[in-house]
Amino acid sequence: MGEEAATGVIADAFTWRTFGRAFRFMADNPGLLLDKTAQQVELSAAAIGIAIAIALPLGVWLGHLHRGSFVAISVSNLGRALPSLVLIAFGILVFGIGFWNNAAALVVLAVPPILTNAYFAVDQVDESVVEAARGMGMRRRDVLLRVELPLALPLVFAGIRIGTVFVVATATIAAIAGGGGLGDVIVNQATYRLEGVVAAALWVSALALGAAGLLALAQRALTPAGLRRERGSGRTGAAL
Amino acid sequence: MTDAGGPVIPNFGEGSSCVVRNRVFCVDWVRDNWHGTLEPALLQHLKLTGIAVAIGFGIALVTALVAYRARRLEGPIGLVSDFLYTIPSLALFQLLVPLTGLTVTTVEVALVAYTLLILHRNTLEGLRGVPEEVREAARGMGMTPLQTFVRVDLPLAVPPIVAGLRIATVSTISIATVAAFVIPEGLGRPIFVALSSNLFKTEIIAAGALAIGLALAADAALLVVQRALTPWARKRRPA
Repeated sequence: MGEEAATGVIADAFTWRTFGRAFRFMADNPGLLLDKTAQQVELSAAAIGIAIAIALPLGVWLGHLHRGSFVAISVSNLGRALPSLVLIAFGILVFGIGFWNNAAALVVLAVPPILTNAYFAVDQVDESVVEAARGMGMRRRDVLLRVELPLALPLVFAGIRIGTVFVVATATIAAIAGGGGLGDVIVNQATYRLEGVVAAALWVSALALGAAGLLALAQRALTPAGLRRERGSGRTGAAL
Repeated sequence: MTDAGGPVIPNFGEGSSCVVRNRVFCVDWVRDNWHGTLEPALLQHLKLTGIAVAIGFGIALVTALVAYRARRLEGPIGLVSDFLYTIPSLALFQLLVPLTGLTVTTVEVALVAYTLLILHRNTLEGLRGVPEEVREAARGMGMTPLQTFVRVDLPLAVPPIVAGLRIATVSTISIATVAAFVIPEGLGRPIFVALSSNLFKTEIIAAGALAIGLALAADAALLVVQRALTPWARKRRPA
């Protein structure tokens, strides 16, 4: 597939004007782009949903017990070392081509940041606050739900945001494995020409930025007022 | 060097019965195609990554210093690197194609952009972490600002900086596989070739394993560098 793109591109001129033509392509083909966007959103949302369902309870629970830091760190390191393209290609070998192969690959990609952030978010909640809550006679469950989780929320959410950025980006590559989505247009220069490719690339970038922006706003809204003044160091915090 | 690998299209009409039947993993194919396909792809991958991380680190040192000195610029610089990081790699490569063509430059510009977020943040964090007393002590000993920076600030900032380099290197190795959409180089190349020739399994697994192995090896190598550069931290940082 890289092959076709490589030969097709030479026919088009490399100029700024391509961007003008790309915008015209968007205006001329709104149906195509919206269809592909819907496919991409569907795939990404399924993957994120499954990843959250797996990683969030596990991370929060391990963090609450202050156990398994080794697991959390290893999962995050290993997750980063898995190139998304390799993951998609391996997914094809195991599950064949289609929606679920891609969803599975994307889940594997999204679990590490969500799990690691959830773990460290809960693990690092100030011990004295937890003790105070216990001293007030709160039950274990209430300590987790009413003290630890609200305080951990910004970092937990940062993990979900990072996972979402990964998933939307990689869902684009999933086109090579029959995942549909905007990547279908990007890797198909022979059909859509360079302006179509650039139009889809711009479109998917806007989609990714929009998703990240919405999640950042949601993160801010969910952050307890007392924590809001501190700058969230979401990404690097998770990365370390 | 760049063209040494060239496209070697596997043809599973010939070769051993393992290759013809497209079994899960054919050791003989890997042996026969190591010098022609896999080794050049690995070396290209290493080169793409090395150049990107080196340039990215150079830029991040400058932006981190600027943000450190002029706090007003910290927000905008962080925002730009955040913004770049969010754009899907495949899209960023293609967005650069109209400007720089199907060249290594296109790939390197995109790869450098992705390293910036992590390298900038960690370098800045490293510089911020140097205690003011230490700097004053250095000044008291008669060090010039340059000496203070090179001999006090930088060494003390090493752990977060190297941590950033590790993350940046590993993610660049990952993203560089996608570069094969634009130029026929790196470990993504054999994967594409195998995907488009009826899913030749051996090649996908071999190239994929090389990419993962390269990432893990680079991570381990940088950890060793970090330990060597910060002997005083050895006892405190078992990780």
